Amino acid sequence: MAFYFAQLLTGMANASALFLVASGLSIIFGVTRVVNFSHGSLYMLGAYIAYSSMTVLPGIIGFWASILVAGLAVGLIGMIIEVCVLKPIYKAPELFQLVATFGVILVIQDMALLIWGPEDLFGQRAPGFEGVVEIFGERVPSYDLVLIVLAVVVLIGLWYLFTKTRVGILVRAATQDREMVSALGVNQSVLFSGVFFLGAFLAGIGGAAQLPKGSANLLMDFGILAPIFVVVVTGGMGSIWGAFVAAMLISVLQVYGIRFLPNSTLVLMFIVMAVVLVIRPWGLFGKPEAAGDHGSQGPPPKPFRQLDPSGRIIVAVIIAALTLVPLSGVNFLSVLFADIIIFCLFAASLHYILGVGGLVSFGHAAFYGGGAYVAALFVQYAGTPMELALMLAPLGAGFAALIIGWFCVRLTGVYFAMLTLACAQVLWSIVFQWDEVTGGDDGMLSIWPSAWASEPGVYYYLVLVLGVGGVLVLRAMAHTPFGYALRGTRDSALRTEAIGMNVKLIQWMAFVFAGAMAGLAGGLFVFAKGSVFPTEMEIATSFDALIMVFLGGVQSLTGPIAGASVFTLLQDWLSRFEYWRLLLGLLIIFIAILLPGGLAGAVDQVKALLGRAPKDEAAP
Amino acid sequence: MSFLTVQNLYKSFGGNRAVDDVSFALAKGELLALIGPNGAGKSTCFNMLYGILAPDKGSVCLDGRELIGMKPRDIWRLGVGRTFQITAVYASMSVVENVQMALISHHRKTFSAFTRAARLYRDDAMALLNLIGMKDQADRAANILAYGDLKRLELAVAMAHDPALLLMDEPTAGMAPGERRALMKLTADIVAERGVSVLFTEHDMDVVFENAHRVLVLNRGQLLAEGSVDDVRANPAVQEVYLGGGTTFGGDGDHA
Ligand SMILES: Nc1ncnc2c1ncn2[C@@H]1O[C@H](COP(=O)(O)OP(=O)(O)OP(=O)(O)O)[C@@H](O)[C@H]1O
Ligand SMILES: [Mg+2]
Repeated sequence: MAFYFAQLLTGMANASALFLVASGLSIIFGVTRVVNFSHGSLYMLGAYIAYSSMTVLPGIIGFWASILVAGLAVGLIGMIIEVCVLKPIYKAPELFQLVATFGVILVIQDMALLIWGPEDLFGQRAPGFEGVVEIFGERVPSYDLVLIVLAVVVLIGLWYLFTKTRVGILVRAATQDREMVSALGVNQSVLFSGVFFLGAFLAGIGGAAQLPKGSANLLMDFGILAPIFVVVVTGGMGSIWGAFVAAMLISVLQVYGIRFLPNSTLVLMFIVMAVVLVIRPWGLFGKPEAAGDHGSQGPPPKPFRQLDPSGRIIVAVIIAALTLVPLSGVNFLSVLFADIIIFCLFAASLHYILGVGGLVSFGHAAFYGGGAYVAALFVQYAGTPMELALMLAPLGAGFAALIIGWFCVRLTGVYFAMLTLACAQVLWSIVFQWDEVTGGDDGMLSIWPSAWASEPGVYYYLVLVLGVGGVLVLRAMAHTPFGYALRGTRDSALRTEAIGMNVKLIQWMAFVFAGAMAGLAGGLFVFAKGSVFPTEMEIATSFDALIMVFLGGVQSLTGPIAGASVFTLLQDWLSRFEYWRLLLGLLIIFIAILLPGGLAGAVDQVKALLGRAPKDEAAP
Repeated sequence: MSFLTVQNLYKSFGGNRAVDDVSFALAKGELLALIGPNGAGKSTCFNMLYGILAPDKGSVCLDGRELIGMKPRDIWRLGVGRTFQITAVYASMSVVENVQMALISHHRKTFSAFTRAARLYRDDAMALLNLIGMKDQADRAANILAYGDLKRLELAVAMAHDPALLLMDEPTAGMAPGERRALMKLTADIVAERGVSVLFTEHDMDVVFENAHRVLVLNRGQLLAEGSVDDVRANPAVQEVYLGGGTTFGGDGDHA
């Protein structure tokens, strides 16, 4: 009994940071309708800044003041992000804000590397709470109790702020009815900045407060992202109570779960979330109205069209040019172009659900990496030949998408985005934690093509045929009745149901199809590299795909191809610089603000400037 | 026997009784108008009839089948077409493609993966567009249509599966007065020819009185009057609601 009570306390202590960060995310979303993907980065900065003010400025300010300083500094940084990055794009579709905050993640990652270096930094212990206390004969770190108290104090503080103060009541009014705010004479711009300050402050405190239990390191940002999304989705977006209850529930269950299933901590989290969402799709305390605007803002998309004759000629010329690549005799070129084609397929598969279907998936790498692992596992454990493995990759990925999609399509907008990310993270953690089978962090090596295709030049042709073929299939599928129906669900779910179609079924099937195509890309990838690592499934890879689609232009079928090509080349070039993430991040933010139509949109703009606007009001 | 029977329908939002014990019947081929001031509960009734909202209580029978509990898509399959107060069309498709989608669904080709949607049932769709006088706009993008044209497009979409019943929520809102009367006249002709029953709401009393076979008046969720155009017109309670409510007969209720 005493033991279980001690475990309960440990779980609650773990929940503390999770609650602080998740409540910040939830508050920001509630008021601004922006899901701040860089919230994990703010948490990381909290830890780093607290570390510095504890160690670099010893004695000047103590441990506790350092935590407060970290919170305030991070709050300020959050405000700067809001003013510089998000203010210009509040009117844009929600995808833009998500992508822009991802750019912020990259920038902060490299800034942190630049300032604090790559090593883990261990902060000092909390003065007076270094030891353990005995509770019913069980030893519990006394700092755990501090964390629990902190969470409860913050909860009460937020409750007081939002129910008893004038400002807080205004903020709540803003959450429920956005028109009302201006009616009440509140300056929306100031309100949004203030809310960002508060949300970032909470993340900073969360990061700083957990320093005595861990370290400040560069993995903290992505590390906490999936858990806080799970917490926020489970608790209900915009609900502070929800964040608290869900953080406690998940952390406590995890502590008990570790005893029975030591290697499946994230999986357990997912199961909790899944159970909650099946019963209450909007989370424990969430309301359906709190969902985002489903990206319906911005200019309406144009109808898709088949390529005109000149477009067909361009495509034929590009494909013909691609067949010539291996003839150059430069292996490096074959490898680079094979990569580009694989990424084009990956990006095009994401575009199918994102651009055609309007479902912003933040976990598409699950199926790309999933396909790669399916192929690798079959080769390694069943001696499956490459040809068969390349068929099993999309099947396996499609199967994963069948299960994950069933949960995800119940939700829309940002809920969908966060749920896909969380599910992808679960698959990632299975691969990462299941060493005996997947090799864990060390990946799986020596997965080579069959003998006939072992030359890079020959394998390149295989990639060319399957990759370009896959892209063309995806494109053709956008023009089938199914593709139209999918687009219909994006334009108007109401109308789609009112002409007898099953919206959720269409979305689910599209999710499976896109997942399978991503799996094919993953299968091609694994034989191209001869190896696969968990990085192929991680959040950053999902974001890469998103950025390719976004860079190319969401509303164009050619967009993802252009985006993937440019992005792969750009990354190949940028990665020669030490701080390429910083450059890439700035570039992404810049594009989000200045090129809302992506490359395809920019091309249209240039054409319009030259007086050659497309006549038929259609997107290529 | 009546074609559509609505019995004791209730719906409240919080404490607000939006629809409060509404019963009525609709005969085959009848053009029934449901009128009432803003917020009377007309759209709420429509949404309960079409499976979008679940009523607190009550029953809706179509040809002897209970509709309550069914999904909109299943009600559509029974031959019920619907237009919305705020038009719901596919903004990223052309006018004719909007109609083709309804035909594709009707012929159960939604999941077909080996044809091009733009080619399917284009002729049938053009015929429908011709019927409502939009043939020359067939290849324009739906998102650049004038509001009145969107309303007409919705009508064509709703007619695509040859429905037995049409539910039209303010089919002429947002149109110029002359255009309204023309469209409603056209609708009346089409449905008369095909024997379709229609339940519609409308704020323009001229349109109602010219075309409706029978009128229901709803006020604060309750049925206030029911009868022929002349009966309703002469009903003092109805006059009271409309005159007292600031809306006059024949006035412009354009507020979609
Ligand atoms: N989803 C909802 N949640 C809460 N209240 C609602 C909801 N939908 C409608 N109401 C309320 O129910 C009442 C009836 O609304 P309804 O839209 O049915 O009126 P209406 O007769 O269609 O009016 P209008 O002529 O303006 O379209 C109104 O008081 C409205 O505020
Ligand atoms: Mg209405």
